[in-house]
Amino acid sequence: MITHTHRPLRVVLYEGSGSIALPAEARAKVMMSLLDKGYAVTRSGQGASSMPHDDRSLLVLGAFEGRAPALEDASGRIDIDTRDITGLEPEAIVSLVEKTRGDKPMNEPGKWKPWFPVIDYSRCTNCMQCLSFCLFDVYGVSEDNKIQVQNNDNCKTNCPACSRVCPEVAIMFPKYQAGPINGDEVNENEAKREKIKVDISSLLGGDIYSTLKDRSVAAKSRFSKERSSDKALSERKKCLTKLVGDGFIPAEVLASLPSTEEILRKAEIAKERAAAALAAQ
Amino acid sequence: MPDTPTILYCRCAYAQVVPSGVKNEVLQKLCDSSMSFETVSDLCEMAAHRDPRLQAIAACGKLRIAACYPRAVKGLFQQAGSPLSEDVEVLNMRTQTADEIAAALISPSDSSPQP
Repeated sequence: MITHTHRPLRVVLYEGSGSIALPAEARAKVMMSLLDKGYAVTRSGQGASSMPHDDRSLLVLGAFEGRAPALEDASGRIDIDTRDITGLEPEAIVSLVEKTRGDKPMNEPGKWKPWFPVIDYSRCTNCMQCLSFCLFDVYGVSEDNKIQVQNNDNCKTNCPACSRVCPEVAIMFPKYQAGPINGDEVNENEAKREKIKVDISSLLGGDIYSTLKDRSVAAKSRFSKERSSDKALSERKKCLTKLVGDGFIPAEVLASLPSTEEILRKAEIAKERAAAALAAQ
Repeated sequence: MPDTPTILYCRCAYAQVVPSGVKNEVLQKLCDSSMSFETVSDLCEMAAHRDPRLQAIAACGKLRIAACYPRAVKGLFQQAGSPLSEDVEVLNMRTQTADEIAAALISPSDSSPQP
């Protein structure tokens, strides 16, 4: 489910007592380089609190004038490595960090894009349209029958289609360029525009799900009279093709859709899960 | 919980959606100050694999974050199982200027403006 688990090494740039502070320009250069390589960096100076250490290893850099102190974690849980950077240029400091890390694997920018939906629960009404819509099993239902993102690795990079069909504009993709999908505030006009788009999603059975949300007996009965699977498949394809044509999702996503049989199977499973979650509300 | 806020800067290094001029300038201004601060390569990347550091960050209590849209940042933490407290200040490097952000990050804790 979650595969990118090589957490970055945390580096502390120590500039407290017993060390000499780097020039501001060099400090910024070192920090930018390390961050762009994927490291987490703490600048230990004055006037603000630092995050507690929760890692098994920590690399402390400081201009200790040739005498890097040996540090030990009182709890014994954290290995603390210290390196003296007196007189080193920014490039040499970054090289020293890389050398110290050695061959320990670490997530690195450029090799993967963190692309996955983020649900704004202050807007989400738990209608389950996203669960029904996504063919890649990104969404699931929690033990208390709430929609949640369960398999973010399954999400297709640069595809924000589920946010386009969300009637409440509650699905964000923080790496998307435009609002409100990128997390920008939702204004009423945008919300209305998004609701119009939901007409597209109603092709996929969204109307049935939203009616079900009323928890009325009649709605439950209507849900049981599901449309034919052939028609549902044809409508889903039509919807996806339109989203590609409008530039909302990449063509590669359409090209990577599962087989017809698989789509039907997934749609059936999603429908059952959504219905069960809604019925249990 | 400490009175002084923890300052967190997100580099958004895994995708180029934050203007590089703004994020570089904000980091430079933090470096020009004498403040302690935390930086991470990318909060989205951390949220994607539920990095336990998010929990440590959220537990800091008083927190000022320079990243992107507040709705997205709060959603990322919540989705990763580490919701932020209501009074966390999120500064948006996609829409605000570096000067505005740096001033809000570095200002004394009782006079910081809301974004």
